[in-house]
Amino acid sequence: MAKIIVDGIEVDVPPEYTLLQAAEAAGAEVPRFCFHERLSIAGNCRMCLVEVKGGPPKPTASCAMNVRDLRPGPNGEPPVMLTKSPMVKKAREGVMEFLLINHPLDCPICDQGGECDLQDQAMAYGVDKNRFAENKRAVEDKHIGPLVKTSMNRCIHCTRCVRFTTEVAGISELGLIGRGEDAEITTYLEKALSSELQGNVIDLCPVGALTSKPYAFQARPWELVKTESIDVMDAVGSNIRVDVRGREVMRVLPRLNEAVNEEWISDKTRFIWDGLRTQRLDRPYLRVDGRLKSVSWGEAFAAIAGKVKATSGSKIGAISGDLAAVEEIYALKALIGSLGSTNLDARQDGAALDPSLGRASYLFNPTIAGIEQADAILIVGSNPRKEASLVNARIRKRWRAGGVKIGVVGESVDLTYPHDYLGAGPETLAEIVAGKGAFGEILANAKRPIVIVGQGALAREDGKAVLAAAAKIASAPGRDEGWNGLAVLHTAASRVGALDIGFVPGEGGLDVAGMLDAAGQGALDVLFLLGADEIDTNRLGSAFVVYIGTHGDAGAHRADVILPAAAYTEKSGTFVNTEGRVQVANRAAFPPGDAREDWAILRALSDVLGHRLPFDSLGELRKGLYGAHPHLAAVDSVRPAGITDVAALASAGGSLGKAAFANPIHDFYLTNPIARASATMAECSALAAGQLAAAAE
Amino acid sequence: MSVRRLASEQPESFVFTPENLAWAEKQITKFPEGKQASAVISILWRIQEQQGWVSEPAIRWVGEFLDMPYIRVLEVATFYTMFLLAPVGKKAHIQVCGTTPCMLRGANKLIDLCRERIHPEPFHPSADGMLSWEEVECLGACVNAPMAQIVPDTYEDLTVESLGKLLDDIEAGRPIKPGPQIDRHHSAPVGGFKALTSPELYDGSMVGQGVGLQAAREAIAARAAAAEEAARAAAEPKPAETPAAPAVKAQAEADKEKVPNQVKQNVPASDPAVRPDAGKKE
Repeated sequence: MAKIIVDGIEVDVPPEYTLLQAAEAAGAEVPRFCFHERLSIAGNCRMCLVEVKGGPPKPTASCAMNVRDLRPGPNGEPPVMLTKSPMVKKAREGVMEFLLINHPLDCPICDQGGECDLQDQAMAYGVDKNRFAENKRAVEDKHIGPLVKTSMNRCIHCTRCVRFTTEVAGISELGLIGRGEDAEITTYLEKALSSELQGNVIDLCPVGALTSKPYAFQARPWELVKTESIDVMDAVGSNIRVDVRGREVMRVLPRLNEAVNEEWISDKTRFIWDGLRTQRLDRPYLRVDGRLKSVSWGEAFAAIAGKVKATSGSKIGAISGDLAAVEEIYALKALIGSLGSTNLDARQDGAALDPSLGRASYLFNPTIAGIEQADAILIVGSNPRKEASLVNARIRKRWRAGGVKIGVVGESVDLTYPHDYLGAGPETLAEIVAGKGAFGEILANAKRPIVIVGQGALAREDGKAVLAAAAKIASAPGRDEGWNGLAVLHTAASRVGALDIGFVPGEGGLDVAGMLDAAGQGALDVLFLLGADEIDTNRLGSAFVVYIGTHGDAGAHRADVILPAAAYTEKSGTFVNTEGRVQVANRAAFPPGDAREDWAILRALSDVLGHRLPFDSLGELRKGLYGAHPHLAAVDSVRPAGITDVAALASAGGSLGKAAFANPIHDFYLTNPIARASATMAECSALAAGQLAAAAE
Repeated sequence: MSVRRLASEQPESFVFTPENLAWAEKQITKFPEGKQASAVISILWRIQEQQGWVSEPAIRWVGEFLDMPYIRVLEVATFYTMFLLAPVGKKAHIQVCGTTPCMLRGANKLIDLCRERIHPEPFHPSADGMLSWEEVECLGACVNAPMAQIVPDTYEDLTVESLGKLLDDIEAGRPIKPGPQIDRHHSAPVGGFKALTSPELYDGSMVGQGVGLQAAREAIAARAAAAEEAARAAAEPKPAETPAAPAVKAQAEADKEKVPNQVKQNVPASDPAVRPDAGKKE
């Protein structure tokens, strides 16, 4: 530890701390533009100048100098840093004046206005006048894709965007060309960015040079009501802030959570919001003579009651979708149970995950933050870049720290970091389990290995055997105490929660495939779909389909009764992410039209069906839920699952098939009904497809 | 300087000649494994030697050759003004220095000549495409100002006439002579040496014979005599001065102690007594 005196306060900090970090440790505020905690240090904005004694006799960029670079005083006194001296004040005023020389005074028409670092810092550290009377520089705006709008006159060349795309997102596409006054941020020949994390440059840009294209000129930050919530686009459970004006979600921003998403979110999370406005189901519908007709809630319920009462429990089924919260799955389970049916399933893709094998058998046990402790990572049947972009960013972060080997079994894809491609199918996996090959040896000797098993490797005939093989690697002897390396990577936000409360076929019950077969053969009379759109609805035969959901997607098109529900921004719901972290999403807006919260729909329907559910409010529902599943009450925490379950899983065995693993997600932008309703996502998807085609040529 | 962009018209593709390719492959071996991108500047320069300028296909070619993103190569190519991003004169690209010494010695007239003879605008090839010009910053030949550079050589001590002749010779394909364009060897004085010209200075005959020698001997003798006189005076007792001297000396010593952190000249700087921090480790 090294001592340093900051504005008269002596602090003891690690010697590798920068002066800026030391100042923060002492509680002194240092303005900055180019410095960012999670990016490399550029030192080019000069806003963080401080005065030091024991270093250069001139203002020093505090972000680029370590505490250990400073000499102690003549009698061994700690070095001194001043952040409020007249010299520092003058230096900051000078830097700010230089920055503003070429920065346009267009704050009234700038989308960053009101949340702009330059605006704020000019107020706090600048002077009121500008002595520059010449023309300002003019820079052509660049086209860098459908998500990020550029206004390059405003750029102050901090290069945060360049460093983010290169270091965190792993695409070296943005760059700073030219030099001095003529420097410009651009992509090579203005090609669109290909990263699925590119939206984060909007947050990183300290000025209005990079802003959100879909959000352009939509709202001002002070008009928005901010609600902290949880994202459901993937199973990462990114912490988000939903900004709403009136009834409409205007934008989605990330929230800091070191354990989950750090401070990044994927583009799907950020730009999905226009999908929340289109294709919405806002009133109940009933299919009459082959056409969907708008009806009242009572008529819709009566139609369902008629069908349910005409059949027996075993001919009723329920499938829960990917965006459902735990509460409504719990309510649906209770309702279907009360109707005497055990035909329940949440695994729309048919993944071989069984909650009876213990919670460790379907969680990302090492946790997302735990990736940073891994010494070897094997990815089986998954493309984390598309299935969980932030998990991929975490793996990339681990790779950048060095000393990790990453192997891939399955499709060969660009993961943004170098990896050993080991093979396509289960044969390769079997070899690795046996410790054969270079990577097999690496895994066998690893202290903290992670085996990431994607849904592509589980949603197959031999899914159980694949999971057992992965568990065998994870539970091999020689691992660190308490390390559980079996990491099941989910793609659906609701999946872990559904498995936690056991929304899987009960005794003699049918799973998704079974229900589809039964419906096709006429053996299933009534099927409840809780936002389930990822199944083949053509196979449902003549079954009476009740669709409870938000968007006019596959499920609603096939439905006989549509009950309009609330999307994730319109209800309070619990979601359990892929690592088993329980998080609660909050209501930011109200559902449109007659749409209601899902649990309330199920509660009302249960009354009509004559099996009234035992709760009248969300609080009562949660009381019952927490009683049955106490771990769900521990919000924002992960209850670690034991390694013993993994060891038991490993001994289950089963025979591996031959077919190569196929990744579940090929179109990152269109994975759920909300995304499919979004024009922005459609544009991104078309662009990505075009880029793929161009790359293949 | 102005915004530097890639030229609007670009060739279809770029290939190195076999010799240049072999040379480029050798450049990579100068750097540690995985750091081959460090060779980007030298390879871009060789491309400019081969093509006359750096084209967009060449930038992509370098990106692939060195396994680095295209944008990184573009950053380098646009940062350094020595890389020409558009075609220039086929026979010569004349870089006239316009910095202060050359400007004072008449560089403006050279630039006017270029405007007249080649093209009114810099970087634009002449009508026949053979010549082009630009104004550059100091190239470090100020002694021979004004000067111009035609890569790889410099042409110095230019006048409007000699630059005109140079352009004539280039256009006609006649050989041109690098260096000063007047009767002068490198940066030696114009018109021969003006001082230290007598040949005896260099044949050894003047050693110990200089005119200053006698004067120096006289000065030394005078100084010795003065010192002797002073010593004699000091030997005689002078009671008025003796008590004051030690007091003054003591005061001087005390003052010396007061000055903090004074470096003692006869002690090495690394001595801990001088620099308390030296020798300490974190």
